[in-house]
Amino acid sequence: MRVTVLYFASLREALDCAREEVTPSEDVRTLAELRSWLAGRAPRWAPLATLPNMKMALNQAMARPDALLVDGAEVAFFPPVTGG
Amino acid sequence: MRTIRVQEADFDAGVEQAALAADPEALGAVGAVASFVGYVRGVPAGEAGKVGGGGMAVSPENIAAMTLEHYPGMTEAALTEIVTEAEARWPLLGVTVIHRVGRLSPGAQIVLVAVASAHRGAAFAACEFIMDFLKTRAPFWKREETPQGARWVDAREADDAAAARWAQPGHDAG
Repeated sequence: MRVTVLYFASLREALDCAREEVTPSEDVRTLAELRSWLAGRAPRWAPLATLPNMKMALNQAMARPDALLVDGAEVAFFPPVTGG
Repeated sequence: MRTIRVQEADFDAGVEQAALAADPEALGAVGAVASFVGYVRGVPAGEAGKVGGGGMAVSPENIAAMTLEHYPGMTEAALTEIVTEAEARWPLLGVTVIHRVGRLSPGAQIVLVAVASAHRGAAFAACEFIMDFLKTRAPFWKREETPQGARWVDAREADDAAAARWAQPGHDAG
């Protein structure tokens, strides 16, 4: 399964990455599992695990951590929004 | 009439309100337009309440500029969903939402929400509803530049509470 992952705001800065294409391991099925897998790749990805109150989106809609990934999905991780 | 725009350029709230009031699709039924404009503060959120008595606080914490980042694609989808929800709750005749992105100076306009309806109740309520959900659901992030450096603005629990109260039975009686 191949997914596009986007990072925004303070998380993007902490990771020094705005976007990446990844092929997670076979046992990654949900957004929460994807987050853990991404964070565990190397120390530089640790902020993915430690950011408090992380929000996530699946195919450009807010999603819960237990949402199921689909092949070709666009996933985004970001801190709570602060617009308006 | 529904207008949703995410743009760097400034907007003219008066022009947008007049367009809602004069919308030919509404067939002259518009009796009320309620609008909200959000501005860039010159002091951090936590300091704003301390300014008063007619004088601007002189503080090293003053904000030099604010940059708004967003998630292109999802932003427009999220705003559309919020407006659709408002249209389902109240009898609206038009909605305009404009949100600016990029680098803005203190005093600059950030966001406009304008709502047209036959009567003021629905217009006031829907305008507040859209702002409350925009602040908690639309993917925008503010970064403040101060003399001490730049920092990302923290989300406020009060904003979550403001959005949550719309779920209470009876509150959306409009």
